[in-house]
Amino acid sequence: MSQLIVGPFNRVEGDLEVSLEIAEGRVVSAQVNSPMYRGFEQILAGKAPADALVIVPRICGICSVSQSHAAASALRHLSGHEMPPNGRLATCLITACENLADHLTHFYLFFMPDFARPAYRKRPWFARAEARFKAETGAAMNEVLPARAEFMHLMGLMAGKWPHTLSLQPGGSAKPLTQAEILGLITLLRGFRRFLERHTFGDALENIAGLTSLAALQRWRAGKASDLAFFLDLADDLKLNSLGRAEDRFLSYGAYQSGDGLLFPSGVWDRVPHALDSQAISEDVSHAWMATGATGEPLPPSHGLTQPSPDKPDAYTWCKAPRYAGQVMETGALARQMVAGHPLIRELVATSGGSVLARVLARLLELAIVLPEMQRWAAALKPGEAWCHDEKMHEKTRDKTHDRLPEDGSSVGLVEAARGALGHWLTVRHGRIESYQIIAPTTWNFSPRDRRETPGALEQALVGIEIEDGEDTPVAVQHVVRSFDPCMVCTVH
Amino acid sequence: MTTDTRLNLLWLQSGGCGGCTLSLLNAEQPHLYAHLEQSGIRLLWHPSLSAASGGAVRQLLADCVEGRQQLDILCVEGSLLTGPNGSGRFHMLSGTGRPMIEWVRQLAARARHVLAVGSCAAFGGITAAGGNPSGAVGLQYDGDQLGGLLGQGFRSASGLPVINIAGCPTHPGWVLDTLLALALQRFDAADLDPLNRPRFYADHLVHHGCPRNEFYEFKASAEKPSDQGCMMEHMGCKGTQAHADCNTRLWNGAGSCLRGGYACVSCTEPHFEEPGHPFAETPKIAGIPIGLPSDMPKAWFVALAALSKSATPKRVRENAVADHTVITPAVKKTGLKG
Repeated sequence: MSQLIVGPFNRVEGDLEVSLEIAEGRVVSAQVNSPMYRGFEQILAGKAPADALVIVPRICGICSVSQSHAAASALRHLSGHEMPPNGRLATCLITACENLADHLTHFYLFFMPDFARPAYRKRPWFARAEARFKAETGAAMNEVLPARAEFMHLMGLMAGKWPHTLSLQPGGSAKPLTQAEILGLITLLRGFRRFLERHTFGDALENIAGLTSLAALQRWRAGKASDLAFFLDLADDLKLNSLGRAEDRFLSYGAYQSGDGLLFPSGVWDRVPHALDSQAISEDVSHAWMATGATGEPLPPSHGLTQPSPDKPDAYTWCKAPRYAGQVMETGALARQMVAGHPLIRELVATSGGSVLARVLARLLELAIVLPEMQRWAAALKPGEAWCHDEKMHEKTRDKTHDRLPEDGSSVGLVEAARGALGHWLTVRHGRIESYQIIAPTTWNFSPRDRRETPGALEQALVGIEIEDGEDTPVAVQHVVRSFDPCMVCTVH
Repeated sequence: MTTDTRLNLLWLQSGGCGGCTLSLLNAEQPHLYAHLEQSGIRLLWHPSLSAASGGAVRQLLADCVEGRQQLDILCVEGSLLTGPNGSGRFHMLSGTGRPMIEWVRQLAARARHVLAVGSCAAFGGITAAGGNPSGAVGLQYDGDQLGGLLGQGFRSASGLPVINIAGCPTHPGWVLDTLLALALQRFDAADLDPLNRPRFYADHLVHHGCPRNEFYEFKASAEKPSDQGCMMEHMGCKGTQAHADCNTRLWNGAGSCLRGGYACVSCTEPHFEEPGHPFAETPKIAGIPIGLPSDMPKAWFVALAALSKSATPKRVRENAVADHTVITPAVKKTGLKG
């Protein structure tokens, strides 16, 4: 038995350390350490509730809008507001822009460059991987960075800037669009579609979104030269469909409410789909450097506690261990599509489980599914109609959003970030935040062991990986870790 | 064999959100990597962008600390976390078993230039808000006080103090222009403002170029999110005091906070995270905002505001509290004849 500590772990958002126990050339046990604590939950206590809109986006530079969305949702539920149609559409467009840009960044900048590593120099596809995807210098960078930046002009038009916008408000969007701005939006969405169809997929987005079975995917890829087709070739050669499986239990809070319903519904997948019961969520801190509540039991986030305890024995991370009805959950694009019932994704998981391949493919499918929806949302925007609810619209008593919030109450904002289920639990007393608890997607995926010693999703997914002699930073470990697209700054916050 | 004359750059992230890096990826015309290459900057390592991981990075850091690897530019993003109890354990650099603050102290001592990228690394920033539970400080400032992690007297090998590219996040242009100026050797102490921010962007006010300027002139004020009026009087906007060129050097194409419908929270300033009032409210005494425009005597502001309010055209007054133009400007002949 030997131990290997992997870090600094780059091309993930934030800092990450992975400790592996290795026996007979395989990982037999893994511990995931989120090594940084800033204390946003402590910072938020005592603030005016609406101040959360400034503070929480700054938890994370890559999911900033998602944090903003969750806070605005929690405040909206507290206020009892409804968003006007333009506000709902704007929220969908802004959150989708961040989510799709994150998927794109993950694939081209974080995930694919690992296939250009010298460890793969004897593979038949290596020269192509190196030419196209090598970190910093791969040819794809010349297309992806401008396409990403131009797509994010959506943020300039609709959210002022990215990251760290304040446009998403409890009542909708603070940024009304003019006719000229809507035309600009329509144009940039067409531009991003053209990039995806030309380079990422080599086909119309609708043809990708409509791949409903593994057989259809096999037929589609024949003779294709796109980045997706190339990734599928790599995945076959390296058997990425059998790498990185966790428990295959999936959680999604549901995403994109443009009208009455959600584009991707909420729910839990545990061999079959179940309705989401947010009361079933609790956080176990038995292996986190975090103080335990008075009862010693895992606490629901509505009554959660975030108090560092840096010398706690048996702890090895700042990350708590969220559990759903006591179970480990995986969240992210794969979970969203499992819960939503995408037939190709369901078949892939039924065949070979949640894997590196399944996680990456689900993200790419979302690019193809969501962009056409964004185009429909943009076309439905109506300049001249309301963007933000305000019940005291014409009263001069106005002043301050937070005055319109109840002085006391509790609420929750459950949204989907690119990386999956993000929840903010808020309690307000005497007009101030009494408690603000956050469970981020990677808190689920990279959770430590709980009091029953059940490892978190990544900790399970790493077990069984073959380690070559002399590898100090095993590339298969990197594929599995990055397949979750971790955001470590959200994880602990 | 030719010598590589490019400046190398090592980027580290600590107690922040990574948003300054993500903002940097928004660079355009040319894109980030082309920009760096054209500027003569070579990435030694960047945690979000580089290929090297694990052991290779530990070796590189050790080489820099021990002088085997020359280090031209050290960029630090995020606050420096000194807690708990000064130990720095709130961020142990993964794989090394050592606090990030120790690495930063040692690397800064070797670097030719040290850059604080973002308000966290410059002043402590949002991570220092509330009771500052992690003991967050900036590289050379703790809020508006000199000191921070490296201390008041710190000078990098170039002789400059830490260059504070403040902002939450930073505009990609602020970072890239600083790097280019360093590469061109046209950046010295005179290019820094009193808070050691590059003057090329910090000698401006956010107010400059604000598209709500006509509303400001007439004190026609927004009253709620999505209103088009000036946000200084009620909505907490600090654009007339905050140093940055956000409304002339736009974000993500054509954006800025004001253009996005929300107040400037003065994110380039020390202590922006603790304004002493809710962010979206303007604190006032006797109905007059406490934070007046920079360099403006109070009596003049009060007199001008009263005058301009009384002179406000109906169009401006009504459009200020609407989310679209309800009264369009009158069509006029603008020449002398007609």
